[in-house]
Amino acid sequence: MHPRCEMLDLVVVDGRARGIVTRDLLTGEVRSWPAEAVLLATGGYSNAFFLSTNAKGCNTTAIWRAHRRGAGFANPCYTQIHPTCIPQSGDYQSKLTLMSESLRNDGRVWVPKQDGDSRRPEAIAEGERDYYLERLYPSYGNLAPRDISSRAAKRMCDEGRGVGPGGRGVYLDFADAIGRLGEDVIRDRYGNLFEMYERITGEDPYRAPMRIYPAPHYTMGGLWVDYNLQSTIPGLFVLGEANFSDHGANRLGASALMQGLADGYFVIPYTLGEYLAAVRLDAVSTSADAFVEAERAVADRTRRLLDAKGRRTVDAFHRELGSILWERCGMSRTAAGLQQAIGEIRALRDDFWQDVRVPGLGSDLNQELEKAGRVADYFELGELMCRDALERNESCGAHFREEFQTPEGEARRDDERFCHVAVWEHAGEGKPAVRHVEPLEFEAVHLAQRSYK
Amino acid sequence: MKLELHVWRQSGPEDAGRFVTYPVEDVNEHMSFLEVLDVLNQSLIARGEVPIAFEHDCREGICGSCGMVVDGVAHGPQKATTVCQLHMRHFADGDVVVVEPWRARAFPVVKDLVVDRSAFDRIVQAGGFISARTGSAPEANSAPVAKATADLAMDAAECIGCGACVAACPNGSAMLFVAAKISHLGLLPQGQPERWPRARAMVARMEAERFGSCSNYTECEAVCPKRISVSFIARMNRDFLRASLAEPGHGTGKAAAGSQGAGAPHET
Repeated sequence: MHPRCEMLDLVVVDGRARGIVTRDLLTGEVRSWPAEAVLLATGGYSNAFFLSTNAKGCNTTAIWRAHRRGAGFANPCYTQIHPTCIPQSGDYQSKLTLMSESLRNDGRVWVPKQDGDSRRPEAIAEGERDYYLERLYPSYGNLAPRDISSRAAKRMCDEGRGVGPGGRGVYLDFADAIGRLGEDVIRDRYGNLFEMYERITGEDPYRAPMRIYPAPHYTMGGLWVDYNLQSTIPGLFVLGEANFSDHGANRLGASALMQGLADGYFVIPYTLGEYLAAVRLDAVSTSADAFVEAERAVADRTRRLLDAKGRRTVDAFHRELGSILWERCGMSRTAAGLQQAIGEIRALRDDFWQDVRVPGLGSDLNQELEKAGRVADYFELGELMCRDALERNESCGAHFREEFQTPEGEARRDDERFCHVAVWEHAGEGKPAVRHVEPLEFEAVHLAQRSYK
Repeated sequence: MKLELHVWRQSGPEDAGRFVTYPVEDVNEHMSFLEVLDVLNQSLIARGEVPIAFEHDCREGICGSCGMVVDGVAHGPQKATTVCQLHMRHFADGDVVVVEPWRARAFPVVKDLVVDRSAFDRIVQAGGFISARTGSAPEANSAPVAKATADLAMDAAECIGCGACVAACPNGSAMLFVAAKISHLGLLPQGQPERWPRARAMVARMEAERFGSCSNYTECEAVCPKRISVSFIARMNRDFLRASLAEPGHGTGKAAAGSQGAGAPHET
């Protein structure tokens, strides 16, 4: 095991992935590891938004470094904003917490009918409440899919009917379920979640409805892989959330776990063996040019971050980037907003390299330095997310473009022009990435418009 | 509210370390304890100082990364709560709060509030796993597990490996952690093939890592953020004893290799 070790580059020799370069987080030592093949199971990039339900350490660096070495990045704009998270309570907020989706089995989602209604929830009579998911999607009701539920919550709050501090929240109410089943049944089903909610908010969800709001939770986009989980770089395999493969534009509940198991237990044990059996790999040495160059690149980057000695903290930059992405490349997107975001991200990225302040040294445990390297990668990825969202002139799954909606405000796909995966190829420093497409062909099942009415 | 934090600062393993006092203003009752440290760190960086190193990851109480002693109690004053889930409504304006790293011989300080818990990793590596066939899906119905057993295994599996048990124990014992890992796997059918070698190997590794012994203070259970019961320690002791009686020579850590199943007692 190599705890406290971070992958900072992929090494490609003769067109094949042959190793990685790491930095020891305790000593700063940059080191190369030669290999026959490289497997990345490094998770998604929701933390580009700064606030997400992901653990703080989750980051895009491993897959982004691999992308820069030639691995195609597919559908970066497909990011899932999960509807049932605890709302932000202040500007010090460091992360958001997911309340399991299972809660929607028994909880009813509502907001006051009247905008600006700031009364306590118990003071709002039944007739003054809008159970909007039940109203808008009578056949699915509170179990409407994630993207639909999230957008509906945003719409309610945009109309001024949100609840809680800042008006960015909706109620998830268990009163009916408790009345019907009793508190004990609810405790048995959701006791741990209720406890977690109370710990964070100080409110008792057995007595008062929970407040929830959507938050970035999962990224369907990731490195492009084939059915063998191999990326566009031979010998580089990508598993789990780090790849783009299984969830299309809109992951369904519990299927990330399914993917982790399938990729790890059922797919890679066969496909990795097949790869190794089919190629003749010469031994590589870490003194080979590709390793030396990658090590130097890692060390240079670390030095640049430490030498900037600017005025603003890494977190300040990350929060600002996150807020650009959340506003313009979040639950709902427009061409104008995305173009603006791209400009803002570029300007902020230039600023970052000039004005970031990373205290301390590169030769011992330096958490600010770790974060700085990750945020630097988020700037590049964030721009690509926006470009991908801008190019996809349709609404599809979690990607909602305001210009492309039905008269009822639902997503409108364009299967004529966009029934494909967008795969972005890194074109070199400072050059715009190149967009390739992989057509999606449906043989047995034919595409139809979703309806939850 | 305003707080006065007395935080343990130690630049590295060789540094003697000391408490440094930091007044923190504008603390909001909804903040988590770690968010207070975030805010303090932002101001330290702005002033050109080195921020306080502390570990954290999920900030939801489920990963086991965070942990610090707050006012003498591992993870702070709220029961069954990791420090990342400790919110400031449990403190009052003007409070003086003392923040230290875990203190245990087997957990040397790396920097400030960060300690080296890799001993836990090595204990898990010694036996905290099961063998599983990859490449095909097992038939779930072929290994039925009674609800009561599944619940008990789940109680043990809740251990997040934060190390609070070690930090709270006057002996610096890791028995609660090891017991939870051994019980979690030992209770389930999938964990049976390596059950006895596992108990021997994990205990041997635990002893080699310079953790103390259990003398039933039960401080561990009191601070455990997941309420792991000390009764798992009895379960571990029983498994260990049975494994050792069947195959003497425990404590070498070598018993696990090559002894899987052979000569090990079977559950009666």
